[in-house]
Amino acid sequence: MVLGRTLAVSLVGLTGHLVDVEAHLAPSLPAFTLVGLPDASLSEARDRVRAAVTSSGLPWPNRRITVNLSPATLPKSGSSFDLAIAVATLAGAELLTAPAGVVHIGELALDGRLRPVRGVLPAVAAAVAAGRPRVVVPVANLAEAQLVPGALAVGASSLAQVAARYGAEVDVPDTTDPVVVEHQRAVAPVLDLADVVGQAEARQCLEVAAAGGHHLLMVGPPGTGKTMLAARLPGLLPDLVEADAVEVTAVHSVAGTFDPGDGLLVRPPFEDPHHTATPASVVGGGSGIPRPGAASRAHRGVLFLDEAPEFSTAVLQTLRQPLEHGELVLHRAQGAARYPARFQLVLAANPCPCGKAVGKGLDCTCRSEQRRRYFGKLSGPLLDRVDLQVELVPARAGDEAGDATSVVAGRVRVARGAAADRLRGTPWRTGAEVPGGWLRERLGADGSLLHDLDRALDRGTLSLRGVDRVLRVAWTLADLDGRAAPTRGDIGNALLLRTRGQGA
Amino acid sequence: MRAKDAVGRYGEDVAERHLLAAGWRVLDRNWRCRDGELDLVGMDGDELVVVEVKTRRSAAYGSPAEAVTRLKLARVRRLAAQWLAAHDVRAASVRVDVIAVILPRSGAAVVDHLVGVV
Repeated sequence: MVLGRTLAVSLVGLTGHLVDVEAHLAPSLPAFTLVGLPDASLSEARDRVRAAVTSSGLPWPNRRITVNLSPATLPKSGSSFDLAIAVATLAGAELLTAPAGVVHIGELALDGRLRPVRGVLPAVAAAVAAGRPRVVVPVANLAEAQLVPGALAVGASSLAQVAARYGAEVDVPDTTDPVVVEHQRAVAPVLDLADVVGQAEARQCLEVAAAGGHHLLMVGPPGTGKTMLAARLPGLLPDLVEADAVEVTAVHSVAGTFDPGDGLLVRPPFEDPHHTATPASVVGGGSGIPRPGAASRAHRGVLFLDEAPEFSTAVLQTLRQPLEHGELVLHRAQGAARYPARFQLVLAANPCPCGKAVGKGLDCTCRSEQRRRYFGKLSGPLLDRVDLQVELVPARAGDEAGDATSVVAGRVRVARGAAADRLRGTPWRTGAEVPGGWLRERLGADGSLLHDLDRALDRGTLSLRGVDRVLRVAWTLADLDGRAAPTRGDIGNALLLRTRGQGA
Repeated sequence: MRAKDAVGRYGEDVAERHLLAAGWRVLDRNWRCRDGELDLVGMDGDELVVVEVKTRRSAAYGSPAEAVTRLKLARVRRLAAQWLAAHDVRAASVRVDVIAVILPRSGAAVVDHLVGVV
């Protein structure tokens, strides 16, 4: 037989497609061609595979080798096809017998060792979903591959080891050091809410945001603890449920920001892009099939924009789609990639360019037109989606620290549990996701509850969408206080929380 | 005669014996004209075959077949037309083969016959 075949996986965004790798060896002048829409990094696989095969002590077949990656119309990229190409070629040369239905993933080093690749988790998940649970991955990716339920993952440290397993006559170098990527283990600094002095209102706001998954805007002069508070929000959030953890881990695996040694990511991620970030870096981008950006890496976690008015308008506007739909669809010439992006948005801003326009704003040196322009960037459609807006004032010497993270996180867990009980049987999990109509139906017969809202609506300080959003926050406040339904006080508080900053 | 020429000539001898053993008629060997040289011309049944023979003493610098470039094959093809013009041979078709010969330091020569490479 002059035809060798095996399987690999091509990733488009987070979606994996099973790819047939076929190698045909024709008795003609030696050549090696790769067809099936490979991109530049995949075309280089030819040179890597050839070097790796000869370095492993296997003879390179002097034939006209045509490797086809089928379906040939699906664009493919990356180095994860190296192992499959090598196995198919050697099988075609009858140097080994490739077992049917086994998926091969991995990049080859020139000396024949196997290097880890990105995106192993979604790739293995796709293979399992396609009914091919037997997967060979680089040793350094084995822990990640084994996270997929139902996967029969086998690790290999070199091409020679794989070939020997399949019956090739080759010496397996037992001293092969597997390529292990040293992840810089980020020693997660213990961020405790007790570190924040004063700011009782802001801390309560943070608790409400954590309990209901509401977006949050903090306005205050420099040095009042906006950044500190935002960095402590993930600590208040409960662990991710398993389905979410798999999804979040898959995104981070594709983005290359994930240490498989730690298992699935179960803590909500925290992303704080610098304000010079480009739209492509926030929503995802890159040539060929785009890669996930900060918004997708913050999926099921917190996306924190410090100095939000300093971000370019384009970046702020691109966030509207994920805020609405919870996912990002990035279209490029080679195809569209779909990444989840259901994050909790936290914005921090100074009240004006000089940062001193708090209270009566007597210290502020900005012109009114400067102030308007500064905040104008945030206002409008984006700010309308932010449920909680809080103004921070400089702390006083006598201010005391509040509850520790563990205490607040406990209250958040109870409130989330209450919300989950109420929302059982619906597709929503936190108060922030629920449509307004559903909330109004549950409010009961007491019409006076909506009285304040109706007045705000008539005065024009609240939009119709704003009414729904105030109701969501009111339900979260009721959950936090252990009430079955919001009272008039809860609705008043929610209205206050929404309009206290620059929004009113 | 230089050593590499001797190797080449010996390789052509090996290739010729290989073709004769396969039942070919060898019509010409080292046919020269102004544009170059054809190593072997033979008849495989009623098909005229122009053979390029490439010989090496080891595969250390790659298989000899790899050294037959596209440019070289284009010239062989052109020469085949000239050979046909100069000889009165009626062939059903014409093709170009490459025979790669490796002459190890000890043991028999290894012949790799690549059929119809153009």
